[in-house]
Amino acid sequence: MLRDRTVQGLTVALVVLLVASFFVPSWIVNQMLFASARAIAVIGLMVLWRTRLVSFGHALYFGLGAYTVAMVSRYTPVTDAFLLLGAAAALATLLGFLIGFIIRRYRDIFFAMLNLAFSMILYGILVKTEALGSTDGFTIAAPTFFGMAFEDAQEGKVALLCVLLVVGWAVAVGVQMYLQSTLGRLTTAIRDNEIRVEYLGYSVERAIHIKYVLSALLAGIGGGFMALALGQVDPDSMVNWTASGELVFVTILSGPGSVAAPFIGSFVFEILRTYAFEWMPHAWQMIVGGTLLVIIFFMPGGMWALVTRLAGQRAAGGAPGMER
Amino acid sequence: MNTAITIVLDGLVFSSYLFIVSVGLTIIFGVMKILNVTHGSFYAWGAYTAAFLIGLAANAGWPDWAGFAIIFLSAILVGLVLGLVLERGILQFMYHRDEVLIVLATFGSFLVLEDVILLVFGVNPYFAFQPMVLLGSVQLGGIARDTYGLTLIGLAVVLALACWLVLTKTRWGKLLSAVIFDREVSVAMGLNVTRVYIVTFTLGAMFGALGGAYIAPTVSVAPGFGIDVIVLSFAVVVIGGMGSVPGAMVGALAVGLVRALAVHKFPQFELFVIYAVMATVLVFRPEGLFAPVKARKI
Repeated sequence: MLRDRTVQGLTVALVVLLVASFFVPSWIVNQMLFASARAIAVIGLMVLWRTRLVSFGHALYFGLGAYTVAMVSRYTPVTDAFLLLGAAAALATLLGFLIGFIIRRYRDIFFAMLNLAFSMILYGILVKTEALGSTDGFTIAAPTFFGMAFEDAQEGKVALLCVLLVVGWAVAVGVQMYLQSTLGRLTTAIRDNEIRVEYLGYSVERAIHIKYVLSALLAGIGGGFMALALGQVDPDSMVNWTASGELVFVTILSGPGSVAAPFIGSFVFEILRTYAFEWMPHAWQMIVGGTLLVIIFFMPGGMWALVTRLAGQRAAGGAPGMER
Repeated sequence: MNTAITIVLDGLVFSSYLFIVSVGLTIIFGVMKILNVTHGSFYAWGAYTAAFLIGLAANAGWPDWAGFAIIFLSAILVGLVLGLVLERGILQFMYHRDEVLIVLATFGSFLVLEDVILLVFGVNPYFAFQPMVLLGSVQLGGIARDTYGLTLIGLAVVLALACWLVLTKTRWGKLLSAVIFDREVSVAMGLNVTRVYIVTFTLGAMFGALGGAYIAPTVSVAPGFGIDVIVLSFAVVVIGGMGSVPGAMVGALAVGLVRALAVHKFPQFELFVIYAVMATVLVFRPEGLFAPVKARKI
């Protein structure tokens, strides 16, 4: 097996990005905020995707994280970013753990559909409840960091980005370690043949349950960060099935090759969105849909395959593509 | 008493609407095992085409009843064009691949078609109220109801009967059952599965387009028209059992009546109940209430 340099690479990237975040113009800070927040959620979906499980409902956890941050900062005196995000992560994990008991028995389309149903339940509640902001959602006050409040909105954004980058790094490294562990290696084994995995003495359902909770946790954290970065929450862009579709799209766009891929994929997604909206406001979805088709047909490894090809090396450890 | 009648009538009208929009989805799934997200596009394209043509006809001074002919013609036209383009252009290359990937491919196609609508029809809403105005309203259960909405029930019954007749009484229906039951053996028996797939997909597309075209006169046809319909019809099809026509009927009735009850009694639960029913059915009967019997293979 090739020596895996993912962790070193991620650490270098973290340092570069941390330094850069103090110098880049404010619009790039925003793009980086949105991209990294989404990337954290996408890492979770990537873990599921490696087992060939696609969830059309992870906006449930993404939205739950976002709304937890929003509700706690609105209805309690808590303004600390870490506490808000901790609450979001805890709630998403709890819900993922509970729903996981049901969902771990499902595969293929049924897995996607049941997730969709659960996420639409949350959507249905949010849209029809005035106290939760109904269809408009509501805004969130700027958070504090360990008691430090930033007068300047831009400084606050940079501070949030620094926190987000460090958390993103920790998540990526943690997931990388998980994927290298025996439990993580079951990921591809389960995709290839569940019965064999059972015969080897591992519980497939338990392995999937763990993956599911992990993905829920990451989606919750990502959603929490997204809420803080946007300064507002609303059901249509965060909880509706189209939001789940967006997460799935970025997962496919990034490719399953590496835990670093979601960050690249999300950043490309944000840039694409910004420019597509500016130049061709009516062709945004066409670009997304067209890209999805192109990737499915011609680039099963996603952006990451492109990156590794440009770098002239094969992905470490024989990263799984879309087809066996 | 009047409330009860209103709830049942509302429920039946909505159920009929749901059945019309989801029967195509369930047929496509039953035969081809494709969960077709583009169904929302068929619906939206049907609605846009019908609304656009009805508006043209009204401006040209055609009588209002021409609107009904236009509705059915639009559905056939949209189904034929989009169905063939998608099946021949994209799906035929996907059959050997993972079911989930096919869902994603239809999701991509759906997004593309959403924007093609904007490019073709623009962003302004269309109104095609002529057929609705033509039929006027009737007094039922103490309140005036538009007759057009009630004709949805008739259309749903006709569609259901037609499906049942075709599937059980004709040669074509038997061929379909054979493909549904076992694709490989059907091929081995010399059945032209490619043709069955093309016809099925086009027919399903026509049903989807008909749902949109028929509902167009009652609403303003605006961008994003197909988005909600997708999950709604997924819910119906999942509840009834994916691939089953009677299932779609039961699913539509369940969702329609439950929603009508919620709208009148607990309006804040309107959306919640639909997906709660869907989740409950999936949890206890993942194959749905009326899933077609699966052949046991060794």
